[in-house]
Amino acid sequence: MQKLLLLGDEAIAQGALDAGISGVYAYPGTPSTEITEYIQHSKKAKEEGIHCTWSANEKTAMEAAVGVSYTGRRALVCMKHVGLNVAADPFTNSAVTGANGGLVYLIADDPSMHSSQDEQDSRSYARFAQIPCMEPSNQQEAYDMIRYAFDLSEKLQTPVLFRVTTRMAHSRSGVELREGRGQNPVKLDPNPKRFILLPANARVLYKELLAKQPEFENRALQDGFNAYLEGSDKKLGIIACGIGYNYLQENFGGKCPHPVLKVSQYPIPRTWVKKITDECDKVLIVEEGYPIYEELIRGYLDASGKILGRLDGTLPRDGELNPNILAKALGLPKTCGEPIPDVVVARPPSLCNGCPHADTYTALNEAMKEYGRGHVFGDIGCYTLGALPPYGAIGSTVDMGASITMAKGAADAGLRPAVAVIGDSTFTHSGMTGLLDAVNDKSSITVIIMDNSTTGMTGGQDSAAFGKIEQICMGLGVEKEHIRVITPLKNNHDENVRVMKEEIAYQGVSVIVPRRECIQTAVRHAKEAAKAKKA
Amino acid sequence: MKKDIILAGVGGQGILSIATVIGRAAVANGMYLKQAEVHGMSQRGGDVQSHLRISTEPICSDLIPEGKADLIISVEPMESLRYLPMLNADGWVITNNVPFKNVPDYPSDADLEKAMKSVKNMIAFNADQLAREIGSPRSANMVILGAAADKLGLPYEEFEKAVAAIFAAKGEDIVSANLKAMASGREQSQK
Repeated sequence: MQKLLLLGDEAIAQGALDAGISGVYAYPGTPSTEITEYIQHSKKAKEEGIHCTWSANEKTAMEAAVGVSYTGRRALVCMKHVGLNVAADPFTNSAVTGANGGLVYLIADDPSMHSSQDEQDSRSYARFAQIPCMEPSNQQEAYDMIRYAFDLSEKLQTPVLFRVTTRMAHSRSGVELREGRGQNPVKLDPNPKRFILLPANARVLYKELLAKQPEFENRALQDGFNAYLEGSDKKLGIIACGIGYNYLQENFGGKCPHPVLKVSQYPIPRTWVKKITDECDKVLIVEEGYPIYEELIRGYLDASGKILGRLDGTLPRDGELNPNILAKALGLPKTCGEPIPDVVVARPPSLCNGCPHADTYTALNEAMKEYGRGHVFGDIGCYTLGALPPYGAIGSTVDMGASITMAKGAADAGLRPAVAVIGDSTFTHSGMTGLLDAVNDKSSITVIIMDNSTTGMTGGQDSAAFGKIEQICMGLGVEKEHIRVITPLKNNHDENVRVMKEEIAYQGVSVIVPRRECIQTAVRHAKEAAKAKKA
Repeated sequence: MKKDIILAGVGGQGILSIATVIGRAAVANGMYLKQAEVHGMSQRGGDVQSHLRISTEPICSDLIPEGKADLIISVEPMESLRYLPMLNADGWVITNNVPFKNVPDYPSDADLEKAMKSVKNMIAFNADQLAREIGSPRSANMVILGAAADKLGLPYEEFEKAVAAIFAAKGEDIVSANLKAMASGREQSQK
């Protein structure tokens, strides 16, 4: 079959297409975005009408996918790790309903927080919901395991969590493809109560979920994605999860002399954990994320010194792994080259030249000058960079939509003025309901919805808010005369400062919409237009 | 044969197209490849790097271990120094020497030059100027690739073939501009 050079994300997307999905449902988030984009650009998706437009947020995405599964067809859901917090309600409850058509939740974790506000480990969620979890160690596995995950989902009638981390998602390698298969026909579940979680049904379904647990572990033992690799040096055994396995093998040229339990499917089979802890003097547990299985295997009160990992300092407690961290844990010599010369300074990310947010922040800083620091609540997107010099414009960034609700809470507590800064896509993701709270309470806040007409930080995906912001605000009850649209440009600076000052002074809910297209997508759209004109 | 390469630059400078050409040449010659890229927040004007590993044997890790890289290929001088801990003792640094100054504390020309001179094996030159001289100012990254080509362990023609294949869809002019850029970088490196 054909061999392609694919990112981990792309291998997953191609695997899902070849596994016969009827739709992908997603909200953009690094490092998961490229999966949905790949499907959007695929010929097969176009020809077969596979759903692939962006959802308003991760919760709506997951619920739509549960609806697809309800019909007997297959759906893939994609999001970054923190998106699963937003979708936690359908996530945990769909574990209780179980799946009809194959249902796979692709969650991309970001240890070391390359583009995230935390490094939560989604394997915890799989344990919490008590569903199977897959974690590939390379691109070929990612491709193969996605089809397996759909099959497992249908066979055991359960959603499957498919976890990747940043390096898996954004690393490229050769992938051999298999023959694709078609979509499922619509076929409702024979159990008419499966998706009705009335307490009486839920109690029955929850017992079914509990009864499946031994089979989940048995599949992880039997189905070939986990492996027990014998080794002669039994002073140490290693349980290596996900891409931790690659870093381990890198240190031994692919020939680790110790027994290794390679883990790509959870729950980790107890039979093999017992074998490796029985036959080895010590066992190192390598997890790219939280020490979840380390703590389980170690036990809460363990003081034996037999188990090594992140909890005893053999590996760092936080951050992603790499070959050097593994080398140190294994007592292998350091290989570091020359040190970084002193002249090299940090180069943090910054807003692009010509970015509309830059003009908005310059105006906002001037409008807010008289109030001092701490009055502006930020949100998640490119404009979070407004926290850094030269702007220093925002005083908070917590989670999607929290700018509006935190400003409201601060206003409730007496902070005046209280200003929220939120992007257009983030506003429709999680800002609208908070704005409704503020309207209902007549809170004294000003919400600045920075409309660059795209989801910028993740590379310019369509925004669900496009062309709808004023109508949404009016629909939620914001007074029309306090919805002000401005154009963030240097030439409009004085006018924009004046509008901001007026609305910040208003004792009630006001909305300002600085509207100018993202400079990146504007350039792209200009190129596309020129190309279309040429053709 | 195995080459571990760090590609370095600033978000938006096009280091991934260098990786694409090398990767294509390697795979066309039956080699294994792993390439870890940076996407997301850092792409907004921050420092970016990519780990590119090509080998005739299967590759374990997506990330190159410290002190094991054979080459640092950089499109910005300060960035070429950021990854020195990754370079092996005999490794080479090949870089554009035109600074991209988007931070207030960017080092002075003299300090930067001094630090670059202290690197054992370095090829540094003005790739922007060479790109302008051949009439394609946006191809400085292909000039740098050309300067690195002789150290990548594959015949030069393989990179030419890769460029031709990758840019074919964009037309004959773009292909020949990139080939020219690569050739001028290679010539510079041989001086």
